[in-house]
Amino acid sequence: MTRQTAAKPVQTLTDVVIRFAGDSGDGMQLTGDRFTVETAAFGNSLSTLPDFPAEIRAPAGTLPGVSAFQLHFADHSVVTPGDSPTVLVAMNPAALKANIGDLPRGGIVIVDTDEFTKRNLAKVGYPVSPVEDGSLAEYQVHAVQISSMTIEAVSKIGLSRKDAERSKNMFALGLLSWLYHRPLEGTRQFLETKFAGKREILRANLVALEAGWSFGETTEGFAVHYEVKPAALPAGRYRTIRGNQALAYGLVAASERSGLPLFLGSYPITPASDILHELSALKNFGVRTFQAEDEIAGVAAALGASYGGSLGVTTTSGPGIALKAETIGLAVALELPLVVVDVQRGGPSTGLPTKTEQADLLQVMFGRNGEAPVPVIAARSASDCFDIALEAVRIATTYRTPVFLLSDGYLANGSEPWLIPSVESLPDLRVSFATQTNHSLDDAAGGSDFWPYLRDPQTLARPWAIPGTPGLEHRIGGIEKKDGSGVISYDPANHDHMVRTRAGKVAGIDVPPLEVDDPNGDADVLVLGWGSSFGPITGAVRNLRAEGVRVAQAHLRHLNPMPANTEEVLRAYRRVVLPEMNLGQLALLIRGLFLVDVIGVNQVRGLPFRVAELMTAVRSVIDGTEQRTVIGTAGRYGTFVTRGTNGLPSIEVGGDSDEPFASDLPAAGRPGGDGPPDDAGSPSTTGTSSPNGAHR
Amino acid sequence: MTEQVDPAPGVARPERRARPAAVSLAGAPALRLIPKTDVPQSAKDFKSDQEVRWCPGCGDYAILAAVQGFMPQLGLKRENIVFISGIGCAARFPYYMNTYGMHSIHGRAPAIATGLASTRPDLSVWVVTGDGDALSIGGNHLIHALRRNVNLKILLFNNRIYGLTKGQYSPTSEVGKLTKSTPFGSLDTPFNPVSVALGAEASFVARTIDSDRQHLTSVLQAAATHPGTSLVEIYQNCNIFNDNAFEPLKDSTSKDEATIRLEHGKPIRFGIGGHRGVIRDAAGHLKVVDVDQVGQDALLVHDAHDEDPSTAFALSRLSHPETLDNTPIGVFRDVRRPSYESAMSAQIDTAIARRGLGDLQGLLAGKDTWIVR
Ligand code: SF4
Repeated sequence: MTRQTAAKPVQTLTDVVIRFAGDSGDGMQLTGDRFTVETAAFGNSLSTLPDFPAEIRAPAGTLPGVSAFQLHFADHSVVTPGDSPTVLVAMNPAALKANIGDLPRGGIVIVDTDEFTKRNLAKVGYPVSPVEDGSLAEYQVHAVQISSMTIEAVSKIGLSRKDAERSKNMFALGLLSWLYHRPLEGTRQFLETKFAGKREILRANLVALEAGWSFGETTEGFAVHYEVKPAALPAGRYRTIRGNQALAYGLVAASERSGLPLFLGSYPITPASDILHELSALKNFGVRTFQAEDEIAGVAAALGASYGGSLGVTTTSGPGIALKAETIGLAVALELPLVVVDVQRGGPSTGLPTKTEQADLLQVMFGRNGEAPVPVIAARSASDCFDIALEAVRIATTYRTPVFLLSDGYLANGSEPWLIPSVESLPDLRVSFATQTNHSLDDAAGGSDFWPYLRDPQTLARPWAIPGTPGLEHRIGGIEKKDGSGVISYDPANHDHMVRTRAGKVAGIDVPPLEVDDPNGDADVLVLGWGSSFGPITGAVRNLRAEGVRVAQAHLRHLNPMPANTEEVLRAYRRVVLPEMNLGQLALLIRGLFLVDVIGVNQVRGLPFRVAELMTAVRSVIDGTEQRTVIGTAGRYGTFVTRGTNGLPSIEVGGDSDEPFASDLPAAGRPGGDGPPDDAGSPSTTGTSSPNGAHR
Repeated sequence: MTEQVDPAPGVARPERRARPAAVSLAGAPALRLIPKTDVPQSAKDFKSDQEVRWCPGCGDYAILAAVQGFMPQLGLKRENIVFISGIGCAARFPYYMNTYGMHSIHGRAPAIATGLASTRPDLSVWVVTGDGDALSIGGNHLIHALRRNVNLKILLFNNRIYGLTKGQYSPTSEVGKLTKSTPFGSLDTPFNPVSVALGAEASFVARTIDSDRQHLTSVLQAAATHPGTSLVEIYQNCNIFNDNAFEPLKDSTSKDEATIRLEHGKPIRFGIGGHRGVIRDAAGHLKVVDVDQVGQDALLVHDAHDEDPSTAFALSRLSHPETLDNTPIGVFRDVRRPSYESAMSAQIDTAIARRGLGDLQGLLAGKDTWIVR
């Protein structure tokens, strides 16, 4: 830092959550990104949550047009973007209105009062400015004329008023950077690259940035400023990374480590498109990207590339998976490697394109005709998207199978610090293609031919014989093939054998054991998670332990097949809680596979779990006061809904008993004293879901 | 990055041929990147051990025989030839070819083949499809493959019916077609596949007939040596569900009158003794006339290399959709533009030349890093 700011008192904080909110044209994502990079460079641990509208340019100044970026940084390791902001920067009345409800009492609000005009206030239904009518009395409000001060500061540059005002996000960034002791140097360099060749715009942005900083330093409005000491992180070189970027880099790394050229077939879709963008720019890595005519062509071309010996990958979101299903089934039949990335978003249908959800699990598990098993793995954090891409490629190439890699909108756009791995430390993914015939003809001449479905006895993988290999010419296809020779076969016994073999191949995938975090080994409740809820679950478990609550945590990275010790882990605990951003999809699988009565914690708000909500839910499970509703994928419909106490339509299936289907439960888990609650309770956005109150 | 790939895609060098076949296309620039064989080949080399299972009398047999007979002319290594199909009667084709092959899913063959061809310029990739597969369920993939000019040879077997699903009308069936699914006659205006392809920016479009082995082979020769996507519509008889659909073009008493044989650089004349011809009238429309009345010089000279596809399109509209009168066959259009995979490879080469071969460690680090001690 080049400036001395010692003039004002400095208060030390351990934890700050800032939310930048403005019109989608105000550059809030960029402001948030820059603050993130400054914060990372300063050495704090951090996690971010961009939250933007699906409309590219919703009408200016309206609630649907509000774009926000939340950043959580601390002097200790951070696992979530924060339940609620401690500081809200609102660039207009809509941004204030949309976000103020999330700010706890006493929080800091910084508003650009220049935007609080009669017209803008009216657009969001404020009769008078909330800054003036005392309705913000319980917050620390800083009313700052951000727009006009920006215009004045850059007036000498000679830009139009409109262009001048565009730099106001840099003014806000400068002010916040002063307030939290963030260095500006990185942002200066960033702006110089971004606006290279646009001298006036560059100067305006630099001047606005400085002006924001100086304003903080000199105004009486800000009496103190804050510092958050660097966090103690493992030693090494770091950068910040977003999930989609990490995923793209992971694929490139897998290409290099496998020796297979990377081919991406993809159709633009939110929130997956950034992977296509990233990879399209990496042509000097030999990456071929193909923007297909539709989702089906994206996966089909990837499969064609895999057939030819490339690393075929397709990237999409839930709606795209639905369209690709038939081709993925073909890949199952052809037994060729293929990586299918699903960056999940809110559904069904178009749903919430820019919001996050984990509701594609059952779609990727089962959304194909016939018995079409596909391995499924899920990333748990933005930086884990890198490692999981390598894992997807390992499974796909070793077992010659399509693999689903699940990410979601939260991981895709969220960023966190990443300890940059050394390339040599990455797994060795080398593969070999078939080059020799593999089957003896048993003729006098000792001849041999090539059988495309003659399997490796260990992995059950079939040989990958790519076109261009002499002597191995063969035909494959979606019609059932005879195991071994690969000729078309309608033989019932062979079909049964092939179905079981494909299932056995996937079930036999080598997967590391499920690790349990149970520091003292004395917990009797386990919180199980998968995918991006790792951060909030970890935060909740950490906080509960700090309060002296005994609780264990385990996170499933491999969802199909699950680790061999999964059942053992689950059965070692009295109760298992399973938070998911869906209505209980993994819960359904766990119940079906292991007959373990997991207790779902389910919410589908398009946003990650809040740590505090999870803490409440876990506490209630520990003390047995949780309310379980039947509305959930894992619910046994009928038993309780018919009582109509929760205001939801009732669905009656399978008998009129109030008792859970006791025979379904493990003997030890038959309903006892803590049977079904009389009142299932009104479903809340976050509620534990399960139809029966039977506990193990 | 490709050292594991054996043989490395696209880098195999063409080898000198020992004994050229009677006709050899091996020197064609479009086949430059595909390894050549030095072993003499015959049709038999391209027959797989699979029993052919089309209905007896199906036009597919003749096409299979013609393709197997034609393959040796390419002089390519057999292992560098791939046939990819979708679903339908025609889609069984790859099983009968002793090359690499994939029988995929309905309509998607052009998309799968696009992925293969754009990563493996050392392969000769053929797509076998039908009127339902290519123009109905796979219509989108077909038009996009054509506009991209991927190095694919698409053989579209048009029998104007759904055979495999036992006789429903297809997107090329004539209006009013009586089938199981249209007992009161079909309502849909049919596609003219050649018109569709020309409208989709195809660089090579041709039409031929299953029963005319010589013509079929000549069209295959032109298609195979075209760099980029070649679309060949093959009129194919389905003797079970739509027998004699192309009879006017096959019957010895009518075929010469009905068929216009397009030949590049020649005036368009047809009919017995060449008494009929095509002219452009005062309004700019193409018209079939008696040559005696207008004189030989007034006839339109076929230019397959015309950059402007409008004359080719107008030719494709001459045939009567029901009677098949005035049906042109041959190469409608054959123009040069860079193929998709050559452009894709060029972008990669340029990126490497400009920025150097990708440095993975540098990519992972990016520009903004910090060190924690
Ligand atoms: S149904 Fe028709 S197209 Fe199909 S194999 Fe039989 S004759 Fe040929």
